[in-house]
Amino acid sequence: MRIVCENLSYTYNAGSPFAVKALDGVSLTVEEGEFFGIIGHTGSGKSTFVQHLNALLRVPSSLKKYKPKKLKKGEVPPPAPVLRVGEYDLTDKKTDFFALRKRVGMVFQYPEHQLFAETVEKDVAFGLKNFLKKGEKLSDEERKVAVSDALKTVGLDYDEVAEKSPFDLSGGQKRRVAIAGVIVTKPEILVLDEPAAGLDPLGKQEIMELLHRIHGDWCKTVVIVSHDMDEIAEHCTRAAVFSEGKVVMCAPPKELFREAETLLSLGLDIPLTAKLCRALKERGIDLDCDFTLEDFTAKVLALKRGGMA
Amino acid sequence: MHAIEFENVDFAYSEEGKREFCIKGLNFAVEEGEFVAVLGHNGSGKSTLARLSNGILVPDGGKITVFDTPLDDKHLFDVRKQVGVVFQNPDNQTVASIVEDDVAFGAENVALPREEIGRRIDFALQAVGMEEYRHATVARLSGGQKQRIAIAGVLALKPRLMIFDEATAMLDPKGRREIAAVAKRLNEEENITVILITHFMEEALLADRAIVLNKGEIVMEGAPKDIFARHEELLTYNLTLPRIGTICKTLREGGMSVTDTLDTDLLADEIARDLKGGNAS
Repeated sequence: MRIVCENLSYTYNAGSPFAVKALDGVSLTVEEGEFFGIIGHTGSGKSTFVQHLNALLRVPSSLKKYKPKKLKKGEVPPPAPVLRVGEYDLTDKKTDFFALRKRVGMVFQYPEHQLFAETVEKDVAFGLKNFLKKGEKLSDEERKVAVSDALKTVGLDYDEVAEKSPFDLSGGQKRRVAIAGVIVTKPEILVLDEPAAGLDPLGKQEIMELLHRIHGDWCKTVVIVSHDMDEIAEHCTRAAVFSEGKVVMCAPPKELFREAETLLSLGLDIPLTAKLCRALKERGIDLDCDFTLEDFTAKVLALKRGGMA
Repeated sequence: MHAIEFENVDFAYSEEGKREFCIKGLNFAVEEGEFVAVLGHNGSGKSTLARLSNGILVPDGGKITVFDTPLDDKHLFDVRKQVGVVFQNPDNQTVASIVEDDVAFGAENVALPREEIGRRIDFALQAVGMEEYRHATVARLSGGQKQRIAIAGVLALKPRLMIFDEATAMLDPKGRREIAAVAKRLNEEENITVILITHFMEEALLADRAIVLNKGEIVMEGAPKDIFARHEELLTYNLTLPRIGTICKTLREGGMSVTDTLDTDLLADEIARDLKGGNAS
């Protein structure tokens, strides 16, 4: 499923003194199969945007009570927002949002805070039951297979953890269980809001490896929100930079981090490799790398072998 | 004088009759005015160490002394006035809805006179750079700002030792830098002894001394720069190399003469020197 978004705006507490414009005309396309990154400051609109993707936040025109605003004479109507996820039109009242949500999985920040059931098995199976259509049944056997598959994908053993309380697990394991509870319904798009936040470096690495395992055979498209530029450089096919509710840049990491000055002026970090490339440039060495660690070291070593041009 | 001293401290969490040692025979001391970073992977005993330091947890064996006062039942509240702890989650550490009320909470609890509380709030908010938020609503602050308010609340008690227990783990990079800067300033300007528990290598670099914990024991100790240079050893304690360490290692394995460093400029210098040197020869 492809995500197409045009002219999307969103205001919290609209019409009140606390109104805050969180999105201001966002246009963005995510192709099927991407590992897409979203970067930006706290308060730049990243989370507001991703919450639109499975209609947790709604485009006003998709709400039942929506009535188009009457225009004053001579007033030009603002461009209509477009938001499509696969075949679902999220601006349309008639869209089957229930079906959409089953196909777009959302993992919030600190998903382990949302664990609630008394056993891991029940917690992971919750989504399965929740997404059953009226009259649809799920046998114990089917449930077990699905839960076991999901746990296995996140690197946990069903027999070992299924009957445990999720609250007795370690922090990293809890997060895995929480992710398993989302992927268990086999969503086509998986959206994660800072999946590695708060973990130690090793935990971070494990979560990113896990996401690569999920990406592809389990979920076709993965969208991550991240503050960690190294993570973006290393893992994403493309990334969008949010600032003050707008998308200011959207490109593969290789092109994105070449614009180091722009990112820095927005108060964002750049990956370590980009910092090194800048420092090397000041020393008269131009390095054309894609900002992954592997490529950076390979290019430096190639220069070493080939001598300086 | 030692700000805090652990002598042969044991601590075990007991679960279903089983006792698992979390801290075993720990000996370590922090001097007054020192800034010490404590590193370790999850489950290494870092947070237990913080909780033992002001009597939230009671050791099963050994002795803890804080500014020459033994940490025991009799002196528990004296010690707590001297040791402030800032925890991980900013949302769990604020109690009032208005910033100044929140900062005053601890000071009110120890029944300081009213005027004194006012002075302490001024001091604490100024120390964390949040003066202009005195009358702001806590709920509307960012994570980094909330964490600074939590620090101010602890500061209002004028502790001599402050422990930051992964106080930056839930913040974005900007919030993280804010908190690290505050910790550094409190140490330098207010002469407060700081123990910074973290898994961010850059933060540990601010410290005078770093300690690596593994399974409740100290396995490495020294200047942060020296510790980070011991890449292989860090790996054995389940601490990953900082990314720059990985680069140094790969380049060296590829035959370049670069030393282990955490400074991008230094590394760039070395790479440039190596490449240009290669050209000249």
